[in-house]
Amino acid sequence: MLRIAGTEFRSRLFLGTGKFSSSEVMAKAIEASDCQMVTVALRRVDLDNPEDDIMSALAQREYTFLPNTSGARDAKEAIRLAHLARAASGSSWLKLEVTPDPRTLLPDPVETLKATETLVKDGFIVLPYMNADPILALKLQDVGAAAVMPLGSPIGTNQGVLTDSMVEIIIDQAKVPVVVDAGIGAPSHAAYAMEMGADAVLVNTAIAVAGDPVAMARAFAQSVEAGRAAYTAGMGQRSKQASASSPEEGKLSADLGFLE
Amino acid sequence: MKISLNGQVKTVNGPMSLSALLDNLSIQPDSVVVELNSEIIPPDAYNKQSVQEADSVEIIRFVGGG
Repeated sequence: MLRIAGTEFRSRLFLGTGKFSSSEVMAKAIEASDCQMVTVALRRVDLDNPEDDIMSALAQREYTFLPNTSGARDAKEAIRLAHLARAASGSSWLKLEVTPDPRTLLPDPVETLKATETLVKDGFIVLPYMNADPILALKLQDVGAAAVMPLGSPIGTNQGVLTDSMVEIIIDQAKVPVVVDAGIGAPSHAAYAMEMGADAVLVNTAIAVAGDPVAMARAFAQSVEAGRAAYTAGMGQRSKQASASSPEEGKLSADLGFLE
Repeated sequence: MKISLNGQVKTVNGPMSLSALLDNLSIQPDSVVVELNSEIIPPDAYNKQSVQEADSVEIIRFVGGG
């Protein structure tokens, strides 16, 4: 079972709650995914629409909420958001996101490392969103990150795990769980990350904007399970040389000599 | 009195308690977190915490996000 900061998770699929057409569709999709960890963001209350509260839609089941610091452009802003998130949720779980460039939404490695160090000292359970940089993953682990969340491709792009060779190194080296986050656009991408040995994947856009988000959530749940099962079963080595699946011995001769 | 409310200057009756301000805005106190002049106010202090002229109030809540 997946264990992060002493908490066990049966499901290795984490869901983001953004971009859904309604709170109702979101709640149904999350339920269909059977996930246990969901991310949320913090924003100013819309004073013209003060009733709109996502948490009431998610109140029926028990989830571990992973508030993010989306919108933070540097460590200082992320730390401020982290404290607001803890005050709002009453829990210390945090997905740390520091994205200075709104065009790419790529994480700032220096500010992310700085903020992780500070927030861990402040008692947060920090899961930093990071570029797929194996050296950075080790540094984040060293300062106390509870897991690392390397990106597959930029947020919301549905491009899949373009960073696969770096993610493989991160998985190979990290002692903390590795959650592939961002850019996972299809169940096959999620399965691919899991086959590589990722401990979990975080999916949002691909489910939220699907024609049928509930059915897509189910498809992702299946792909994550399949990918994990393949990883634990032990995958065959890749090879450039062909190797017959049918036996070499006892092939028919005579008229069917071409089979030899 | 004038206060800054979620980044916008608003005129409200005052001074008043934070509880009264939330009530005036039709906001459920347990669904939000409040910063007064950049300091987080614990919910059990909303009643006694007064909002003064020129204060900066931020009312934040969870929304969908990835």
